[in-house]
Amino acid sequence: MSRQANAMARFRVVPKGEASAPRQMIQIRNLAKTYRTRGGDVPSLRPINLDVSDGEFVAVVGPSGCGKSTLLKLIAGLIPPTEGEIRIGGVAVQDPPDDVGIVFQNPVLLPWRSVLRNVMLPVEVRKLDRETHLARARKLLSMAGLEDFQNKYPWQLSGGMQQRAAICRALVHDPKIVLMDEPFGALDAMTRERMNLELQRIHHDTGKTILLITHSIPEAVFLADRVVVMSERPGAIAAIYDVTLPRPRDLEIMGHPTFVDLTQRIRGHFYARGHLD
Amino acid sequence: MTSKLARASQNLLNSAWIKPFGLLVLTVVLWDLTVRIFAIPPYLVPPPKDVAVAFWNEGGMLLVEAVPTTMATLGGFFLSALFGIPIAMLIAGSRTVESYVYPLLVFSQSVPKVAVAPLFVVWFGFGMAPKVISAFLLGFFPVVVAGVQGFKSLDPEMRDLVRSMKASRLQSFYMVSLPHALPAIFAGLKVSVTLAVVGAVVGEFVGANSGIGFVLQRSIGNFELPTMFAALVILAMISAILFWLIDLLERFTVPWHASQRHDFAATA
Repeated sequence: MSRQANAMARFRVVPKGEASAPRQMIQIRNLAKTYRTRGGDVPSLRPINLDVSDGEFVAVVGPSGCGKSTLLKLIAGLIPPTEGEIRIGGVAVQDPPDDVGIVFQNPVLLPWRSVLRNVMLPVEVRKLDRETHLARARKLLSMAGLEDFQNKYPWQLSGGMQQRAAICRALVHDPKIVLMDEPFGALDAMTRERMNLELQRIHHDTGKTILLITHSIPEAVFLADRVVVMSERPGAIAAIYDVTLPRPRDLEIMGHPTFVDLTQRIRGHFYARGHLD
Repeated sequence: MTSKLARASQNLLNSAWIKPFGLLVLTVVLWDLTVRIFAIPPYLVPPPKDVAVAFWNEGGMLLVEAVPTTMATLGGFFLSALFGIPIAMLIAGSRTVESYVYPLLVFSQSVPKVAVAPLFVVWFGFGMAPKVISAFLLGFFPVVVAGVQGFKSLDPEMRDLVRSMKASRLQSFYMVSLPHALPAIFAGLKVSVTLAVVGAVVGEFVGANSGIGFVLQRSIGNFELPTMFAALVILAMISAILFWLIDLLERFTVPWHASQRHDFAATA
């Protein structure tokens, strides 16, 4: 049984020259980031290479301060890289790209806007067609179980509902890529598991390319096609694991030997350095 | 029948104004008792009855004099908002502006405005201008401080969100920054309007022939203490009413803010 599990969870080193893989949605080449501060240069990310193919779900795990969030901000075009480049759909990222939706750790909903108008914010900012996107926003909200709350204000919703609304907002302009920066970190364990199931369903239904940054190893293994393990500051990719567990996955899969084995292996990276996540 | 009466009295007790009103009545009673018990002469502290009589006899005059004071207050207050909010925006938006302007602004606040007020009379004469400027100088600073705080307190994640949507500067200002800063700005405006009243009165002290400040000075010069007290009450009323008006405006403008939610949730 364990041999089979080992076979399923193939260990791979940092990929090199994976150009032959199916269509690459995100290509990261020699990407490095050093923050220049008054106290000197603070390297945050050592040159890394990573490819994410279309429709793939990639989770990034790592200890605090390993540059996970920096990686996400770089891909989102919010900060410029010090070295290297990122290509999204073959186009180098300069400004924030259009084909990306972002979910942050906090829902960051505007308190003066109703839930529906919050979801419509990207449409208003980007001046997209209101009618078609309004229908889309409503559909997303009902998918997220928020149809009865679309005219409520964010503070009238629970934390989990707020984060679901934030996910709807990230999806409303139909981006190809969704970047998530520890989106469920502020939620309680029960809500978090429910949100994981929901995110899996969204990924399945929409076929988006999702990059999820998380502290939780089980969450990463449960959701992802591949788990990228990052090492301590300055961040670098320590390993990449393929998760070959069949989809759709339910919560019981967390007892599956492959799942257990994989989480143990990933956890080993942090124990080896004397760091618990 | 009795329960209806009980509920009516309960409602009366729960209404917002009844508690401060009760405290006010208590203060007046204590005032009256103090004057009687300690036999304080009326040229030091007049009894409430005398003040009421002064109101009766000179109420019309006081209301007429309240008009220029209120005008000067409003003028100074509107100038405070007109200049204060954009300056707060500039200070919050640019580190350069902040490093040049903010320290000077703070420094200028330590100059006693009461001491400078006579200068305005020299410059602008005895009309409305020196009063308005004096009200503006006192009302201006709270708006700037509150505004800077409001514009700066925007969550970095919120900033990233807006940037990730490729919002223009204008869009991110009117869609996010301004609404976010409004509750803080309103807090500043409330402080500003009460200070503007003080500024207007200071302006009237140093050079005016009308207004409540003028009445105050004249009545104290003539030892007409009841009139002076009545003028003070009028002044307090101007402050309270203007404060309440801004509070009302705030309730309509930022009904979503945490400080307003108690009555908002009931209607939502």
